[in-house]
Amino acid sequence: MNLELTAGQRAARAEFRAFAAAEIAPHAGRWDREEAIPAGLIDELRRRGYLGSNVPRDFGGLGRDMITYGLLTEEIARACSSVRSLLTVHDMVAHAVHRWGSREQRERWLPAMARGEVLGALALSEPGAGSDAKSVETTAVDEGDAWVLDGRKKWTTFGQIAGLFLVLARAGDKPTAFLVERESPGLAVRPLKGITGTRASMLAEIALEGCRVPKENLLGRAGFGLSHVIAAALEQGRYSVAWGSVGIVQACLDASRAYAAERRQFGVPLADHQLIRRMLTGMIAGVRAARLLCLRAGWLRETGDPGAAGEVMVAKYFASTLATRAANDAVQIHGANGCSEEYPVGRYLRDSRVMEIIEGSTQIQQITIPLFELPEF
Amino acid sequence: MDETQTKIKEFLARFFKNHDLQPGEDIFALGFVNSLLAMQLVAFVEKEFGVAVGDEDLDLDNFRTIDAIAGLVARKRGAAA
Repeated sequence: MNLELTAGQRAARAEFRAFAAAEIAPHAGRWDREEAIPAGLIDELRRRGYLGSNVPRDFGGLGRDMITYGLLTEEIARACSSVRSLLTVHDMVAHAVHRWGSREQRERWLPAMARGEVLGALALSEPGAGSDAKSVETTAVDEGDAWVLDGRKKWTTFGQIAGLFLVLARAGDKPTAFLVERESPGLAVRPLKGITGTRASMLAEIALEGCRVPKENLLGRAGFGLSHVIAAALEQGRYSVAWGSVGIVQACLDASRAYAAERRQFGVPLADHQLIRRMLTGMIAGVRAARLLCLRAGWLRETGDPGAAGEVMVAKYFASTLATRAANDAVQIHGANGCSEEYPVGRYLRDSRVMEIIEGSTQIQQITIPLFELPEF
Repeated sequence: MDETQTKIKEFLARFFKNHDLQPGEDIFALGFVNSLLAMQLVAFVEKEFGVAVGDEDLDLDNFRTIDAIAGLVARKRGAAA
């Protein structure tokens, strides 16, 4: 494992950083208040190939290496976690289609997803099923020429605008994954508002009432929807959320350093106070450690190592819990200003809370990580 | 056991500690098979033996025993040849 970025990866990061700083960060607070990101930004993400950038070249994608993919995620998250979450969920669906889709499904969906023409979203959680995904109550009944789905999905990130939902349902007692198009008869989308964090990620509730899905839209095999299809999507999502958490920590550090240099109390800048430096040190050391874990996980993913799934989970656990602590400290450093919308750190704190819940809560990871056989390094 | 079976056994031994897994022994019947093992097993088969596991291979009988996994590898290699 080479710990240095290649010249190409550094150049890509510079491009991502410049774009995010100019086109996303200045507007992120407003989008957060408006609880939506504008269509024009999504067009620009499409144009730049930032959506579905994990899709291999064979299917029209950029086939970015896992490290460059992570750098993109970090830089976007550093500016706005809601925009990052669009990349996360879209790429989760693309990954699941690539990993377990038939040749026909890959050829049908991946080029459109790589172009960002079709936005993907994961419809897994339900009002009564979160961490316990096996307990989903949405049903799928084989009616010969189609599957008929009934149930209610909740907390579907970017469900308000997605064109393709990856839905987990029970076909009898078999967890089964389906690709459900937005225009499917019997599918209705209801926007969810007033979310604590990643407020601009356009969450929705998806009602499936006698929703007819073509037979060819079953992804993988009946009975393998959770253990393989959704598991693959979640592993991709955890990798994205790990890097996204690094982006939040870096943003907290950037904001805190700038504020501590400028703000004066007791006759000196905050940065001259030892207890402020202590909090800055926690962020500095933490972000570097979290980034190394992400690089390690990315390397294992890139090489197809069986240990990648465990390493990704460790990276997500470490980075997301760090993000909450860093954002909490960033607000503390900012004092009353940290509780004001004039500064971004309050948003970072709200966004960081989401990172500890999505794609496997902190507690699920705490009981799962010891079950992995992590590769030595 | 041949080389393929031995490698599969070594991999599975990480998950079935303190149990001498036999070539025809049903790993699902032994328990401990969850989505974590399922994902890692697929990744292991692909990386170790240079084959691609696809949706057509999603059948528990392909992963039930060391012999079954070795058979899957042999079929995939044969199909790729």
